[in-house]
Amino acid sequence: MAECCTTLPENEQDNKKKYIPLVLIPLAVVVYVFLEQGVNFFVDHVLKLEKGAHLTEAIRFFLYDTPKVLILLTVIVFVVGIIRSYFSPEKTRKALEGKPLFVGNIMAACLGIVTPFCSCSAIPLFIGFVESGIPLGVTFSFLVAAPMINEVALVLLFGLFGWKTALLYASTGLLIAIFSGWVIGRLKVERFVEEWVYEIKSGDFQMVEQKITFHERIQAGYAAVVDIVSKVWIYIVAGIAVGAVIHGYVPENFMASLMGKDAWWSVPLAVAIGVPLYSNAAGFIPILQALLGKGAALGTALAFMMSTIGLSLPEMIILKKVMKLPLIVIFVSVVAVGIMIVGFLFNWVY
Amino acid sequence: MKIEILGVGCAKCHKLEEMVRETVKAQGLSADISKVEDIKKIMSYGVMTTPALVVDGEVKVAGKLPSSEDIKKLLGIK
Repeated sequence: MAECCTTLPENEQDNKKKYIPLVLIPLAVVVYVFLEQGVNFFVDHVLKLEKGAHLTEAIRFFLYDTPKVLILLTVIVFVVGIIRSYFSPEKTRKALEGKPLFVGNIMAACLGIVTPFCSCSAIPLFIGFVESGIPLGVTFSFLVAAPMINEVALVLLFGLFGWKTALLYASTGLLIAIFSGWVIGRLKVERFVEEWVYEIKSGDFQMVEQKITFHERIQAGYAAVVDIVSKVWIYIVAGIAVGAVIHGYVPENFMASLMGKDAWWSVPLAVAIGVPLYSNAAGFIPILQALLGKGAALGTALAFMMSTIGLSLPEMIILKKVMKLPLIVIFVSVVAVGIMIVGFLFNWVY
Repeated sequence: MKIEILGVGCAKCHKLEEMVRETVKAQGLSADISKVEDIKKIMSYGVMTTPALVVDGEVKVAGKLPSSEDIKKLLGIK
């Protein structure tokens, strides 16, 4: 960026301030790297707690995982905030226009991950997509991927379950989004969209494309951190606290009969409970991670996470305004079946 | 000047309306401010994300809450 070197002196102070978050990243990395040693030292030598005791291990778990996840979350949300500033629903719509079904599904699912989206604007987005001739199936791929694969869930999965599970979640989530959109597209469900949606004629987007400087993108990342982290940190701390208690006190194999591999019905049950349940990933992923150590199966846990994060009752109620009931039912069933397949697959493989 | 705030009752939409009203009042501008909540009308601007700010029929911001500095600029205040 050449601009940063030619700024006027009075702006310099201001610009320096904007780079503070960047300077903090290496600091966060250092804390992250030495966190485990630091916490172990604190628990064993400062608090002088008895090694291996229930309480000690619960405290150790809490002290280590809370800062670890919060640091990861802050850094990732900041980076994702910057990446998202390059995307917008309007640009995504342009990119998807005129794409054939299957290719469109893949693109829509991928763009669903990076396009800034909140379920409160699901309606204008849905209408905007339909109105510009994007097939319904492609639109659904977007609507499945956008909430399901989000940075908060991925950070928690990465921080608590490890990169393999995070990658597994992201890739199977993407596949579910692509294929359920494709299936819905094949079902010819256009007649189940409320008629008035087709009557809307939207004007061309007349917004003057403002040139966004890199400073502003950094600001966008910073704003994302303030917005997201301030909202979810309390759930993360609470979730990890409950997880710590489970780690320390709940007996091994406690969950085996309820959420274990051999209980085949646990996958559909997890999805049936997860779909209407609306919770941000922040609170229950730490709890789920703790249950995994107590005999819960990974596939069942994944199925529960996906159905809770990807499908939710409030979102369905919002979408009901533009879709008739059969379409909502088809949408939920197709995605739920996809999630169950993933759940069974992982219980079977591991 | 005709200012429209597009939004279907989200928290940020209310905030934007509040900020715009404040700015207009503080700057002593004469403007006709209205909140557009009808989804069909919102869509007619081609906007897919709310809140959006429309000044004299031109979409200035969509999908984010601008800072009060930005609002001043968008309303043409130096």
